[in-house]
Amino acid sequence: MQLFFAFLKIGAFTFGGGYAMIPLIQREAGENRHWISEEELLEIVAIAESTPGPIAINAATFIGKKTAGVWGAVCATLGVVLPSFVIIAALSAVLRSFRSVRAVAYAFFGIRAGVLALIARALVTLVKKCPRRAFSYAVMAAAFASAAFFRVSAIWVVLCGAALGIAAALLGKEAEEA
Amino acid sequence: MTYLDLFWTFFKIGAFTFGGGYAMLPLIQNAVESRGWMPLSDLIDFIAVSESTPGPFAVNAATYVGMVRGGIPGAACATLGVVLPSFLIILLVAKGYEAYKKSRLVKGMMAGLKPAVVGLIASALLSLGRAVFFPGGVSASAFSAAFWVSAGIAGLTLLLALKKKHPILLIALSAGLGIAAGYALGLPAA
Repeated sequence: MQLFFAFLKIGAFTFGGGYAMIPLIQREAGENRHWISEEELLEIVAIAESTPGPIAINAATFIGKKTAGVWGAVCATLGVVLPSFVIIAALSAVLRSFRSVRAVAYAFFGIRAGVLALIARALVTLVKKCPRRAFSYAVMAAAFASAAFFRVSAIWVVLCGAALGIAAALLGKEAEEA
Repeated sequence: MTYLDLFWTFFKIGAFTFGGGYAMLPLIQNAVESRGWMPLSDLIDFIAVSESTPGPFAVNAATYVGMVRGGIPGAACATLGVVLPSFLIILLVAKGYEAYKKSRLVKGMMAGLKPAVVGLIASALLSLGRAVFFPGGVSASAFSAAFWVSAGIAGLTLLLALKKKHPILLIALSAGLGIAAGYALGLPAA
């Protein structure tokens, strides 16, 4: 129950998702309730990054499971999901009827251009997180070309990226030993 | 059938997105386009809504697409679908996470995944940009007043975004500019 409400709060006050949630998790689950230590939080972030799915869900499930088993995980995950679910479900009904208003149509016309800038910034952040190696740039270019020009589905691109990474790691290991 | 389709599509999206946030965007765009669930411009509008409301982008997007396609039950199916893969995988990994974290294979996989996701988002940005700047397709007449306003807003917000201004501020600014330019130039309210 405590898990549910703690994560309800985290879910309701995080704008932008993902990494925006980490300071809140630190305060709620770390400093206030001592469910996890500082070091554990860093590990959770590392694990959340290397497993599929949104970071918020990964972190909630992990902390819930660690504190109170499977049911703890269910409560924490439900708590983190519920606020956005309710807010978006309510908004989506309103959003569609508002769009016929002239001023709202103009506002969204402006917003669409602004969203491109937000995605571009996310892209820059992600590029900085990749290791600066020829391998990274080659995979980036290949992924971009196959998705943009050859319409390969995103799932296949992700799978191929993972396979290439594993292959490169295995080859690199042999090179080290040789 | 719609509910099952929503659940399964978002289950796949949840299972194949690493890194959260916009990493999910290319997959959602793929699904929405290939199924004709909604026009691309609706998806772009929604990105702005998601940035200005709390919660992770993945959950917001799943709820929205589900809601548009199948009401509240549709939203519940899509959200459950997008959450379930990470939930199950973390439950498994939580036991042996020391080994998982140190595994050479996992490190190698991530080294390949991160740049692949960058390429995918770049490609998504290209298609979304095409939908924003050239809603009627690329032609000589596409370079209208609306095009230059969009380009100006995108350029200005990009500058501010790179200076780490808050996303909600940027969305409010582009909305204001859109309204001002729309009335000043008498743009068609698309």
